[in-house]
Amino acid sequence: MNKESAAALKGKKKQILDTWMSNQTKDAALRDDLMSVAELQQQSEEFLNSLLKAFASSQAENPDSAGYEPIHDILSEISISRARQGFSPRETSAYILSLKEVLSQMLEERYKEDTTVLYREIISMNKIMDSLSLVTTETYIKGREEVILRQTSEMSEISTPVIRVWEGILALPIIGTLDSARTQVVMEALLEEIVATGSRIAILDISGVPTVDSLVAQHLIKTVSAARLMGAECIISGIRAEIAQTIVHLGIDLTNIYTKATLASALKMSFSMLNIQVSKAAQNGQIGSKQNFGF
Amino acid sequence: MIVLSKEKLSIQKEQDVVLFRNRIKELATKIGMSLVNQTKLITAASELVRNMLRYGGGGITHLEIVSKNSIPGVRLVFADEGPGIKDVTLAMKDGYSTGKSLGLGLPGAKRLVNEFDIKSEPGKGTTVTIIRWKNGL
Amino acid sequence: MERIPILKMGPFLLVTIQVDLYDRLALTLENDLINMVSKTEAKGVLIDISAVSIVDSFMGRILGNIASMSKIMDAATVVVGMQPAVAITLVELGLTLAGVHTALDVEQGMELLRNKIGQIDTDEEGLYDSFI
Ligand SMILES: Nc1ncnc2c1ncn2[C@@H]1O[C@H](COP(=O)(O)OP(=O)(O)O)[C@@H](O)[C@H]1O
Ligand SMILES: [Mg+2]
Repeated sequence: MNKESAAALKGKKKQILDTWMSNQTKDAALRDDLMSVAELQQQSEEFLNSLLKAFASSQAENPDSAGYEPIHDILSEISISRARQGFSPRETSAYILSLKEVLSQMLEERYKEDTTVLYREIISMNKIMDSLSLVTTETYIKGREEVILRQTSEMSEISTPVIRVWEGILALPIIGTLDSARTQVVMEALLEEIVATGSRIAILDISGVPTVDSLVAQHLIKTVSAARLMGAECIISGIRAEIAQTIVHLGIDLTNIYTKATLASALKMSFSMLNIQVSKAAQNGQIGSKQNFGF
Repeated sequence: MIVLSKEKLSIQKEQDVVLFRNRIKELATKIGMSLVNQTKLITAASELVRNMLRYGGGGITHLEIVSKNSIPGVRLVFADEGPGIKDVTLAMKDGYSTGKSLGLGLPGAKRLVNEFDIKSEPGKGTTVTIIRWKNGL
Repeated sequence: MERIPILKMGPFLLVTIQVDLYDRLALTLENDLINMVSKTEAKGVLIDISAVSIVDSFMGRILGNIASMSKIMDAATVVVGMQPAVAITLVELGLTLAGVHTALDVEQGMELLRNKIGQIDTDEEGLYDSFI
């Protein structure tokens, strides 16, 4: 691409953008759920600016040169986000192809007197645009792969059920390794359930958790604080010896938090907090409760 | 990182804040941000916009949808031309306030977002930029 | 001027916040509530924030102020219905609302207030007994 073409295209920028935009929006396939037309316009303008700048650089013919870097960035963003939204590969590559069409028209107009130059410049422009089109396709595929990967991991994620063990008491047995992301999801679910059921007490049983690091402990503490702000109290049960040791070694302060060794003792504590009395019926040994919470 | 959309809102009085918050909510909803993350973002914004009104004499906010590695997020810029902050490190400390309030605005806002940047020059003004990513922890 | 209505229910005052508060409205509420506590000699204040989607440090401070001021006038304050997202955010912000009682809903809040009054009554009786 020579300087003259670059300058000519730059001079026609407004016209190129308008035609390109109308080509893009004419394509019924373009759904505007993530991006409104105004946003597409803005993004396209940004893209066109960068592209015309790269055309004018000394490395115009080399799509891997530094001048093309911002262009690759924008393209990757567009392709991946289109892949995620379920656009087809054709819809995705239309972004570049529709621009290529407009650029061809402009060059034809510019060089209608000189077909030799026209031929050379069109080929050069095509080469650049085709290489950009490859970037689109590559990142599109990467985006689709990510979608599939995410779906798989969502499926294999162990769900953590919040159990209503008694009127006003929830239990959340946590099993498996807790990372920050999972802790956060689990804790949000617990708080939602507290509201939904109007439960005043939640027992977090961590006997099935192999290790607790300081980040996870922080999340547990924050959950207890959040529950308190909402008007509910938490009891953490099932703290095994190793975990107790880790907690102390990490210098995590649990003094303001109710802790119990077992789920059973946490339940007992909940009963006394709610003034519920559970006892064995004297005569036939059946379990009953004084407050008619019986079985 | 690329910018997908941008707009400006001038904040000169308390009533402007309501519109500002609603607009952030719309942007965050648009990119599918979870309710908890939205709440964190809007709360941080509420703190910063109050500072801008109270200490900076009002200013301009920029609201943008950005994208990095194809993860969308909301970026907010709060720019005022007020007196600025002499000691930013001090202002970022929990409990520090020259306004007899809780002193949790700046440090709290920082904890509520994924990226936080503050630039201030005495006599020139203060600019705070925050980003909350759609799925950021 | 816009105001948040305060309802009197027996010995208690009930405020239901239906809108996201801006600062001046929150300050007016603080003022109105404290005047009402004093005028009605209420024993408890119940603030329902279940419809509130944002509580920042300013609003948090107002809630704390209402609680502290009411306490001086011998009334307990219960904030009820805080949404999980709001609670999570407040914790991150660094606000614990010390001195403010909380409950899941209005009903549980009322129960808590009734218990508080009961406690105070028996405490005072006990005090009286020991004086005799
Ligand atoms: N935009 C600003 N312009 C000037 N000073 C500011 C600005 N924002 C914050 N400050 C200063 O930083 C201090 C801490 O702010 P913040 O953490 O929000 O606490 P608070 O608002 O409760 O004082 C303020 O008291 C003020 O002195
Ligand atoms: Mg502040």
